[in-house]
Amino acid sequence: MIKSLKAQHHNLSDTTTQLKILSNGIFGEGRLPTFRKKIEPLNEFPLKPAEIEIFQVNVGYMCNQVCKHCHVDAGPDRKEIMTRETMQLCLDIMKNSNILTLDLTGGAPEMNPDFRWFVEEANKIGVQEIIVRSNLTIILANPKYYDLPQFFRKNNVRVVSSLPFYQPDKTDRQRGEGVFAKSIEALNMLNKIGYGMPGTDLTLDLVYNPGGAFLPGNQAELERDFKKELKGHYGIEFNSLFTITNLPISRFLEFLIRTENYEEYMEKLVASFNPAAVKGVMCRNTISVDYDGYMYDCDFNQMLGLKVEKTAGQHIRDFDLKKLENRNIVISQHCYGCTAGAGSSCQGTVA
Amino acid sequence: MQKTYYDPADLKKFGDVAEFQPELAKKFFDYYGDVFKEGALTAREKSLIALAVSHAIQCPYCIDAYTSDSLEKGATEQQMMEAVHVTTAIRGGASLVHGVQMMNKVKKLSM
Ligand code: SF4
Ligand code: SF4
Repeated sequence: MIKSLKAQHHNLSDTTTQLKILSNGIFGEGRLPTFRKKIEPLNEFPLKPAEIEIFQVNVGYMCNQVCKHCHVDAGPDRKEIMTRETMQLCLDIMKNSNILTLDLTGGAPEMNPDFRWFVEEANKIGVQEIIVRSNLTIILANPKYYDLPQFFRKNNVRVVSSLPFYQPDKTDRQRGEGVFAKSIEALNMLNKIGYGMPGTDLTLDLVYNPGGAFLPGNQAELERDFKKELKGHYGIEFNSLFTITNLPISRFLEFLIRTENYEEYMEKLVASFNPAAVKGVMCRNTISVDYDGYMYDCDFNQMLGLKVEKTAGQHIRDFDLKKLENRNIVISQHCYGCTAGAGSSCQGTVA
Repeated sequence: MQKTYYDPADLKKFGDVAEFQPELAKKFFDYYGDVFKEGALTAREKSLIALAVSHAIQCPYCIDAYTSDSLEKGATEQQMMEAVHVTTAIRGGASLVHGVQMMNKVKKLSM
């Protein structure tokens, strides 16, 4: 099994090293403008949030997969995990605020032993929308997960799943040998109980991300291709396809540097900067929480160890919506990944 | 003057051709943009055609650009290689079909 960067003691598992790379080199020398320089003339610096609508909780970095592009550096060897007490704090926040969506991510969130408890409690307190970012293969990883589709349905969970391509080889090269076949099997299970099927309100969305150092194509066109191919070859249906740009963080950053694609990729992101996408970046309406209860502007900042500004209160124990909505968002050059082309977020394009 | 005819960095400077003749460059780039928009052909089909033509004219800039573009448009590696074989078949065929001309001439000249 491939190890995480952390388990390899790779220098890129250190967030300070990553942040240095993102600030030095082409950006430090001024060959490319920093993200700040790019948004200043748009009067977007400091970047400010709008209303917080999504509470994205990362319940742990453990995963049954070790995808090559993973910005979390997740894998079976990662032990960081959210406790029930921290989940309870999240639930208290959801209960006492108008935040609409609880978005659960990881790692494979289902591997947290308190995952089901968390989802059920969220339902009990009437959270409007519960999203689970499932990698699909987890459903087949162990008999104890086989009933996850039923569990999702029972708890009215919206399932968002990664499937980088509608054919095996590109998918397996990025996510691991045999992942495509298992993903198809899991999608079949979800379809069978109504997920992604016309006439049900059980939503199943797929996430496409490029299998290398290039940008995602047009979301609507790729969705059409995915629908046609998955239906035609495997009889699979789903609701929407979200295209997500790979951000230069963690394992994807390691790939970019190792294959000497880093500079060209950053040039491409900068050249594709779309001012209209700045309005829709997800840090404007999302708060990301880590397994320890610390808050970040987004899941990417979480992986770079960039907590929300101190004055906003950094731990969910000190959660204060007013302060958070007044904060300045912490940015660096990885943010270019959110503003390239049609933009990118956990809900796909933004412009 | 640079030491090689081709420099990958020049591809990014393509837009700079406007420096010497802005009006025509604008017309060209507007037209170029429209050509590659989805129409009766999908954007991916157009990208694969561009990839095939790039190989026919053996333009390294175009091969670079349309390899990335085809991947972005969701083309598979197999589709991309098949596009190059289309180029090859047409180029090879274009030579070979002239063999008929050669044969005609041989037959005319020979007793
Ligand atoms: S990308 Fe998702 S499925 Fe893959 S290793 Fe990372 S967390 Fe796991
Ligand atoms: S990387 Fe995070 S902070 Fe930067 S623009 Fe994207 S969502 Fe916002």
